[in-house]
Amino acid sequence: MSAFSLAGSVRSGERTARSIVEEHLAAIADGETEINAFNLVMADSALERADRLDALVAKGGDPGPLAGIPVALKDNMCTRGVPTTCGSRILDGWRPPYNATVVERLNDAGAVLLGKTNMDEFAMGSSTENSAFGPTFNPCDTTRVPGGSSGGSAAAVAAGFTPLSLGSDTGGSIRQPAALCGVVGVKPTYGRVSRYGLVAFASSLDQIGPFANSVVDAAMLLEVIAGHDPMDSTSIPAAAPDLLGVLDQGVEGLRVGIIEEISGSGPTGLEGFSPDVQSRLAEAAETLAAAGATVEKTSVPSTVFGLSAYYVIAPAEASSNLARFDGVRFGLRVDAENTVDMNAATRTAGFGDEVKRRIMLGTYALSAGYYDAYYGKSQKVRTLIVEDFARAYGSYDLLLSPTAPTTAFPIGEKIDDPMLMYLSDVCTIPSNLAGHPAMSVPFGVGDDGLPVGVQVLAPANGEASMFRAAAVLEAATGGLTGSTT
Amino acid sequence: MEPEAEMPTPGRITRDDVAYVARLARLNLTDAELEGFTGQLADVLDHVADIEALALDGVVPTSHPLPLSNVFRADEPAVGSDDDADHRLFCEEVLAAAPAFEESRFRVPPVLGEAP
Amino acid sequence: MSPETCSGIDGWEVVIGLEVHAELATATKLFSGARNEFGGEPNTQVDPVSLGLPGSLPVLNEKAVELAIRVGLALNCVVQPSEFARKNYFYPDMPKDFQISQFDQPINGEGWLELPDGRRIGIERAHLEEDTGKSTHVGGGGRIHEASYSLVDYNRAGVPLIEIVGKPDLRSADDARAYVSELRAILVTIGASDGKMEEGSMRVDCNVSVRPVGEEELGTRCEVKNINSLRSLGRAIAYESRRQVDLITLGQKVDQQTRHWNEEEGRTHTLRSKEEAFDYRYFPEPDLVPVVPSTEWIDQIRMAMPLLPGERRHRLAEEADIRPEAAALAVERGLDDLALAAMDLGADPARVLVHVENNLADGQGTLTADGFAALVAMETGGELTATQAKTVLADLVSSGGDPALVAAAHGFEAMESSELEGLVESLIADHPEDWEAFVGGDESERKKKSGFFVGQIMKTTKGQADGRLVNEILERRSTSR
Ligand SMILES: [Mg+2]
Ligand SMILES: [Zn+2]
Repeated sequence: MSAFSLAGSVRSGERTARSIVEEHLAAIADGETEINAFNLVMADSALERADRLDALVAKGGDPGPLAGIPVALKDNMCTRGVPTTCGSRILDGWRPPYNATVVERLNDAGAVLLGKTNMDEFAMGSSTENSAFGPTFNPCDTTRVPGGSSGGSAAAVAAGFTPLSLGSDTGGSIRQPAALCGVVGVKPTYGRVSRYGLVAFASSLDQIGPFANSVVDAAMLLEVIAGHDPMDSTSIPAAAPDLLGVLDQGVEGLRVGIIEEISGSGPTGLEGFSPDVQSRLAEAAETLAAAGATVEKTSVPSTVFGLSAYYVIAPAEASSNLARFDGVRFGLRVDAENTVDMNAATRTAGFGDEVKRRIMLGTYALSAGYYDAYYGKSQKVRTLIVEDFARAYGSYDLLLSPTAPTTAFPIGEKIDDPMLMYLSDVCTIPSNLAGHPAMSVPFGVGDDGLPVGVQVLAPANGEASMFRAAAVLEAATGGLTGSTT
Repeated sequence: MEPEAEMPTPGRITRDDVAYVARLARLNLTDAELEGFTGQLADVLDHVADIEALALDGVVPTSHPLPLSNVFRADEPAVGSDDDADHRLFCEEVLAAAPAFEESRFRVPPVLGEAP
Repeated sequence: MSPETCSGIDGWEVVIGLEVHAELATATKLFSGARNEFGGEPNTQVDPVSLGLPGSLPVLNEKAVELAIRVGLALNCVVQPSEFARKNYFYPDMPKDFQISQFDQPINGEGWLELPDGRRIGIERAHLEEDTGKSTHVGGGGRIHEASYSLVDYNRAGVPLIEIVGKPDLRSADDARAYVSELRAILVTIGASDGKMEEGSMRVDCNVSVRPVGEEELGTRCEVKNINSLRSLGRAIAYESRRQVDLITLGQKVDQQTRHWNEEEGRTHTLRSKEEAFDYRYFPEPDLVPVVPSTEWIDQIRMAMPLLPGERRHRLAEEADIRPEAAALAVERGLDDLALAAMDLGADPARVLVHVENNLADGQGTLTADGFAALVAMETGGELTATQAKTVLADLVSSGGDPALVAAAHGFEAMESSELEGLVESLIADHPEDWEAFVGGDESERKKKSGFFVGQIMKTTKGQADGRLVNEILERRSTSR
């Protein structure tokens, strides 16, 4: 059953929120040791919350669109009084004194916060192996990574631990794990969902978005969390878009372009795409064409430079964003003779290698003498990508690509080769640089039987047509992909 | 992608460079770490060198993905005064989360120099 | 003034450029709704943003921008589209370990400030940025280097600052003090800041270099920090310029350094050299969007601006036909409006300014322009002597009223000149030697003796006589003899 219908049954009194929460807590009790999707399961507060919602329904009240629906949060979203670790030792035990805007919106919509999910430390990674609390395992095959950095949120939905979860996407951290775990994952337009209370990785790229077992559930969750927030200066000054209302509109007449460069085809394209992933993309294209869209190959040339620009811009912003973890005001402190040494001792003990790597890379890119060569140039590449997309969207309503070049890879395979790991984000990064929305829809499996995701890309504020295409693709696969509920 | 071999690189990152940025970023590295990170960062920067070849003169840099400007907040207190119970609770939670505090202030080991 | 007399060191010219940080008079912080108030309980004027908590985001205070634009307009700056940048450095009083400031795109570009003597001092830029928290060093007598630990209060963190960077156009400690006084007067007048140096809401960093008189090239400069009053500004410049001249005279070089002014010891000492300069890694602040003030907004702010001290000096100077510098005191005392109103009502400008400068030091109280003008009219019409006018003025300031009635109440009546003639005559008769000395004496002797006669007449008339008239009688008698 979709979360959408489940919420309806709670509102109508057909089902209790408590029974739904208990069911999911039982699933967690069953499978969590194998998956390690959660850093924290909020069993007690979730049940209390469910009871309060049930009482409200009993009195004839309406808890809201997410009535009684459990939602798991990536552990980089601040929850007042509830530990928020970012998968890092440096924040182990920290209880934020305030809620992220998305947390407030979930509460207002009647959702039940179920727990905080595992992630690559500070969202830096593509496999959820960079967590201070151990890796998360892919529910489809526990010898494989779930993708990352929102691997815990993707795995929690895929394993049936929760019907909905939130992740954050800086270079693909929602879409890539969604693809690898066989669930729907959405990166909205930059500024669509408030970043207030999301612990920043790279501020100009970060965006919160939903994971769900179905397109309709993802739409419902996005409608709840989207919309202008005065606490975030980069928030789009507009109400949440209507997505549930457009899902059945189909793709008749839409023009769809397949981006050659990030599909492993064409003369200038990137390499490393497995043939089964390319086959699923071709089938997805046929599906859309059969539904009345015009589909053809197109070129967005500068997307091939996205990875390079990203691995300058994101670390640069991160090096500054992560300076505040200095042992002075919150989190870990490793004491020392003086404050400078204390800062360094704390950060040395608190951050893992990948975080250190990116902080140093970003510091280097911004430091005197290198700024123009790295940061300045990357910002210009960003402009080229924006311009190339604008040109493409002059001819197409939507663009298409695989979400990731391969299906889920074995745990440990890429962890010692950072550059190899970074390459798993080649398809997703361009949308972050441009600030455009994109989503991953499960579309069949690869030769290894593991899920393949197709990425639907749209121009800024193009969520509605993006969801229409996603719904068509989902319908072709029979819907409700990863759910065990 | 084009081969990168013949492209000029902005100078391969050295151990000294990595030691310098580690100091700037307040990270202590062992000799072995310094060695390892230098190689890894060099790999990434080698990849990044592909944008070196691009003709980017006259291209305006993009730092914001949204074309927004003039986003303001009214000059009105959004948090309570000292006698506001909610605000007091917030302040207590803040101090409770501090690694060390004294007389409502954050305590730190000696600060060696003045702010730069 | 020649450079020699300015610098106070023969043969050397001192070149000074000031960077002034002023806290803007907003109700809340630059990027959040935490209160901007001086002297609260530690860590109570805080919120997630001003504490730099993970996940918090800045949102720009519109009032702070408006005040910054006011400052820009007051300093004749180009008000322009601007962006914020991050200035990265670790320091415990800096919650995020970066300061949000403006780097290559400040809200106010070049401008100038006019000193009371009419000289224009260039302004490089005036930009917005956030203040830091405050550290207290415990143990070691509060000295940073000997402290056993430090305590940090973030109440001040995030308070809006305008940083006004002046060009190196100042040439003496007096210049520097005049510049800071004028700047403070401007900031207070336009309501941008309370300008209190003692509370730290206005802080001055001072770049000093020296060069031989006639030399065009600038010497190596040192930046002096921790100047907390106009007095220390003067002392620090005197010390630092002397130090630099001594170094050069001894054949040594001045190192480019940041130096700390120690008020107790009366000297500056090294904080750090140029080699230790910080790599701030400035980059555009991704959590904020550009500020592009519309022409309409800027015009609206310009319209609402009060007259600036300089404009008021010029206005008064024109009306009274004096040099702007001579109008400075009246403007400084806030009495120029009163003076102008009285002049408008026909009062003699010279007499009005004499009263403003000598007799209204504590302000105008209940004195109205009408009363003031009527008083001056009585005085110039010979109905009141200068001394009487001063007495009446004091009453008008403390309790108001009609100057004619106040004068009458004091029993002040204009003395008939025939009556005065008689008094002078008998005085001459009583003091023949003094009279001879007056008649035959040189300029200074005559002055001395006339003072004696006027004083005696004032004594016998209890100040009712008009001193000017007495002098006239003396002159007439001495020449007609
Ligand atoms: Mg766990
Ligand atoms: Zn400053």
